[in-house]
Amino acid sequence: MKQNHRTNSPSKKICEADRLHVYLRNRSASYLPFMRRDIFQAIADPTRRAILVLVAMQAMTPNAIAEHFDITRQSISRHLRILSECDLLAQKQEGREIFYELKIDKMKEIDTWLDQFRKIMEESFKQLDEVLYTIKNKKK
Amino acid sequence: MNLLFDFTVDKAAKTVFITREFDADLSLVWDAFTKAEILDQWVAPKPWMSKTKFMDFKVGGRRFYAMVSPDGQERWAIQKYTSISPKTNFKMFNAFADKDENPELPGSDWDYSFSEQSGKTTVRITIYNESLARMEKMIEMGFTEGFKMSMNNLENLLTTLSQK
Repeated sequence: MKQNHRTNSPSKKICEADRLHVYLRNRSASYLPFMRRDIFQAIADPTRRAILVLVAMQAMTPNAIAEHFDITRQSISRHLRILSECDLLAQKQEGREIFYELKIDKMKEIDTWLDQFRKIMEESFKQLDEVLYTIKNKKK
Repeated sequence: MNLLFDFTVDKAAKTVFITREFDADLSLVWDAFTKAEILDQWVAPKPWMSKTKFMDFKVGGRRFYAMVSPDGQERWAIQKYTSISPKTNFKMFNAFADKDENPELPGSDWDYSFSEQSGKTTVRITIYNESLARMEKMIEMGFTEGFKMSMNNLENLLTTLSQK
């Protein structure tokens, strides 16, 4: 499903649903510069997930973080910036050094939202159980 | 009765997987997910009500509906059916909307699969969300809104009282 709309090529005949999708995606793109970054975007990248795991243990300097990866300091800085923009990392100054630490509350927020969504679905399905029960009894 | 309910999340893929078993045969469960008059009886988490303005269940067709709060506030959403295999699977694109059917961003893709085994029907749902903001709104609308509203009411009441 995810791949479906990533691989939409212009040569394909675009159905109406696709058109709606394209319209929405374009609208989304025009809003992007003004929007706070999406937290899911932050955790979609394996390097950024690894960084989060690292700093979850202890606050670390960018240099200390970079030592764990085979990528340029520049890329590490970019990942740190994205994570900070998502409010997942906090910076604190100690002497001359800047340490990055995990903002654990933000991570918990995701789980809270998801847990609430689970409850909504669970609740609706229980209602459906009753509806199904009623319909079945009427048929008898 | 013990009916299977499974809810897993792949945060990196922005996807939620839900599996639920129902004690009814496939054609009845299919109807419950694809006919407006039955959908409206169960999709809204209490105390919200679902109100379908129109539903055209065919590929390219749409369902335009509102979740209505106890004090009459309407939250509109629009669904567009992108694929239908009768009594097996259907897919839709879901987005919030204004009351004039203009979709809002971002939306989500829903995939429903149905299968029956010895009188019980299993429904598998895959939800792909383009952004967390959307997920947040989806949850807020159905769940915390009621609570927030009652807090607002209390706030208004206190403001009114303090002005007297």
